Amino acid sequence: MILYEMIDYSTLKVIWWVLLGVLLIGFAVTDGFDMGVGTMLPFIAETDIERRIVINTIGPTWEGNQVWFILGGGAIFAAWPPLYAISFSGFYLAMFVVLAAMILRPVAFKYRSKRPDPSWRNTWDWALFIGSFVPALVFGVAVGNVLLGVPYSLDNDLRMTYEGSFFGLFSPFSLLCGLLSVAMLVMHGCVWLVMRASGDIARRARRIGTFAALFGIVLFALGGYLVASGYVDGFRITNEVDPNMQANPLAKEAVIEDGAWMANYSAYPLLWIVPGLGFLGMLGTLILLQTRMEMPIFAFSKSAIVGIIATVGISMFPFILPSSVQPEASLTVWDASSTHRTLFNMLVATVIFLPIILVYTAWVYRVLWGKVDEETIERDNHTAY
Amino acid sequence: MELSVVDLSRLQFAMTALYHFLFVPLTIGLSILLATMETVYVMTGREIWKRMVKFWGTLFGINFVLGVATGLTMEFQFGMNWAYFSQYVGDVFGAPLAIEGLMAFFMEATFVGLFFFGWDKLSKRQHLAATWAVAIGTNFSALWILIANGWMQNPVGAEFNPETMRMEVNSFFDVLFNPVAQAKFVHTVSAGYVTAALFMLGISAWYMLQGRHLQIAKRSMAIASAFGFASALSVVVLGDESGYEANLNQKMKLATIEAMWHTEPAPAAFNVVAWPDMEKRENIFAIEVPYVMGLIATRSLDTVIPGINELVDRSKDRIRQGAIAWDALQKIRENPDTVTEEVRETFRYNANSLGYAYLLLPYTDNPMEATTAQIEEAAWSTVPNVFPMFYAFRIMVACGFFFILLTTVFFYYSSTGKLDVLREKRRWLLHVAVWSIPLPWIACEMGWFVAEYGRQPWIIESMLPTSAAVSSLSVTEVLLTLAGFVILYSTLLVIEVTLMIKYIRIGPEDGETADALPPAETRPVSGAAPVPAE
Repeated sequence: MILYEMIDYSTLKVIWWVLLGVLLIGFAVTDGFDMGVGTMLPFIAETDIERRIVINTIGPTWEGNQVWFILGGGAIFAAWPPLYAISFSGFYLAMFVVLAAMILRPVAFKYRSKRPDPSWRNTWDWALFIGSFVPALVFGVAVGNVLLGVPYSLDNDLRMTYEGSFFGLFSPFSLLCGLLSVAMLVMHGCVWLVMRASGDIARRARRIGTFAALFGIVLFALGGYLVASGYVDGFRITNEVDPNMQANPLAKEAVIEDGAWMANYSAYPLLWIVPGLGFLGMLGTLILLQTRMEMPIFAFSKSAIVGIIATVGISMFPFILPSSVQPEASLTVWDASSTHRTLFNMLVATVIFLPIILVYTAWVYRVLWGKVDEETIERDNHTAY
Repeated sequence: MELSVVDLSRLQFAMTALYHFLFVPLTIGLSILLATMETVYVMTGREIWKRMVKFWGTLFGINFVLGVATGLTMEFQFGMNWAYFSQYVGDVFGAPLAIEGLMAFFMEATFVGLFFFGWDKLSKRQHLAATWAVAIGTNFSALWILIANGWMQNPVGAEFNPETMRMEVNSFFDVLFNPVAQAKFVHTVSAGYVTAALFMLGISAWYMLQGRHLQIAKRSMAIASAFGFASALSVVVLGDESGYEANLNQKMKLATIEAMWHTEPAPAAFNVVAWPDMEKRENIFAIEVPYVMGLIATRSLDTVIPGINELVDRSKDRIRQGAIAWDALQKIRENPDTVTEEVRETFRYNANSLGYAYLLLPYTDNPMEATTAQIEEAAWSTVPNVFPMFYAFRIMVACGFFFILLTTVFFYYSSTGKLDVLREKRRWLLHVAVWSIPLPWIACEMGWFVAEYGRQPWIIESMLPTSAAVSSLSVTEVLLTLAGFVILYSTLLVIEVTLMIKYIRIGPEDGETADALPPAETRPVSGAAPVPAE
């Protein structure tokens, strides 16, 4: 059967590059406000009832949101196996820290309300903070490192050797990316609380959200400046590459080059819309947080996330994981995917199931929608977290 | 003893996977039982069934979150610790994992929120649909994971591509309908059903011994014993199917389970008890039942089952063949454009044994120059340690038959309406049910041990050895994460069990704290009064 040849191999590669972005953005947009809310939990809510209100705005739905992360892992494994292998083993200890933090989250949500005593609950509140703040920070740091290039090499059998260290991940630029990620998700979480909570909590959320948006704009601009000014080098392929080639990352030549991450914007100026969307989203959020509006702000904070994440992808295209010590071993869209057949089969599965997921997720959100306040917590005392 | 990165990574995978599977079987089984009970509630409209769903649902929730939490690690540690494996088989192995997320886990995790929080926001039927979505999602999840695992046991529908240095799918259909995966799926979910049934049976028996919550306990017991009886039969029958499939493609696994060192004339005898000695490569003693093994594994009277020694001899041939493939592969990799068609043909002819050449790499850099002694050593490395295989398998099987017995007895009492007889005259049976609660977990863990340890030294049967599949990590790094996971998981497990016991003691909200006529030996239970979940 040659059904899969209906779509060109090179087209499928680009589709899966886009889908990779869709999954990451899906994760950041949905689980992003969960992480933002969790990060603020110990600071935005003082009393137990306030904390319960904050937790219960995300309690029933965060679990489905986290599946974007799991699905992202599975999809990278299926569509970009070398990316899955190299990034997770290269960032080994950082990945462990993320997992350990994220493991605390489901447990904290569920177990917090199982005992009334304050020290028990306080402990789980901090577990929620760690489970939200640490991944938000480390994901940003990881993206920063990807932009800088990761110190790995490949031998002739495509066996990877990683030459960096855990602490080497935390350079000034990657920390900047980490803070941007935290600011972006805290802003998003604040907008969520404006919609789902009321009174003091919503008021505090507006204030914190304003600062987060401001902070985000500054960091995004600074990051962009560092890339454009050549503080962060880009990568460029130097030979002719057949986009339909079999996946062999060693079959090309590449160099590290000043300003190479800006090349796509010079070639296609229309692409400036994408970082523009990031700025516009944050600016819109910043302004609307000062008004009495609720729902429309969410559209802006979502756009901000879409813009920021897509900016990274577009700057690097066709690179997806550059190697700083052996540039020709970098992974690109053309040479790091699964086979033509697998990409096609996976696309069929995605086209069938992703719309179904979106439909039932939307339905579940609609059922559970509404302000959470003292009254609803009292009423659902037995089921609420 | 100095542990290598391979050893530590194996230890870490075994540890995290076995922990994960402490929570998974109960989730698989209890989700179906919850959906069944809620169906009864919607059909009869009787409130007591709703209270049952809520009570067992609370215990389900306490267990569920740890399944989710420990499952996170599972999705990512192939890349973290087994980078070369991930690169080598991602084209085949990644797809089922991704589809699991798309088709199953998303549904499970999204609707579980409605299950807990949707009681007042949905109609009865809508809520029932949400509960079934959780149950179906959970079970489909198991299907895709076992398709992935089944492929590691029986790598069908794929072949090695020298250009990309990896296994690539040539028939997705074969990967999905891998007979090993299908047998494993039904065996594994049945094991989950048994686990949940015995959990429910044991706790209900405890309430009956205490004389509390009798209405709910009896109904739960009726459901659990019927469900448990059917699934205990299924788990044993499908386990037998797994054994049959193992004989077709993993003969070494079967031979070590049986501690069968030498090929016997068909039909082979079954060793009930034995003392296998790895050094001497024989059993110091064994008690045999004639014919039984041959019948189970081959379903015939005249098919010979090869013993360990014969399989090792076969491995030697494949190692030599693999070395030829390995040598041809090096030539193709060095000069992909100029290499002769003859070399490529040599590679294709021997490619099936390429993995065996990797077995030589711990002993020599060039498999073509391996000495007879090195080949001998590499061939014997294909034998997993026989003693733990032999006994892990027997513990699992003994548990399986005990589950059939136990659920048959309880099914008899519940279907003849004699559960009160148990409470009045056969209290020891209730005690047996309570003490049987841990057994399904032991059986599940033993089963996974046999399946995974029995596949060693391969990470993908006959294709890639575990030792070649590992990431480029340092011993310190893996030690750190191993220690981290052990501490984190153990702490969470202790908290989980404590909460579970607390909520079992509190019991369902049924308005009765103790039965009207408690038996004399009933002790008052601390914390029996319902505590509001603040």
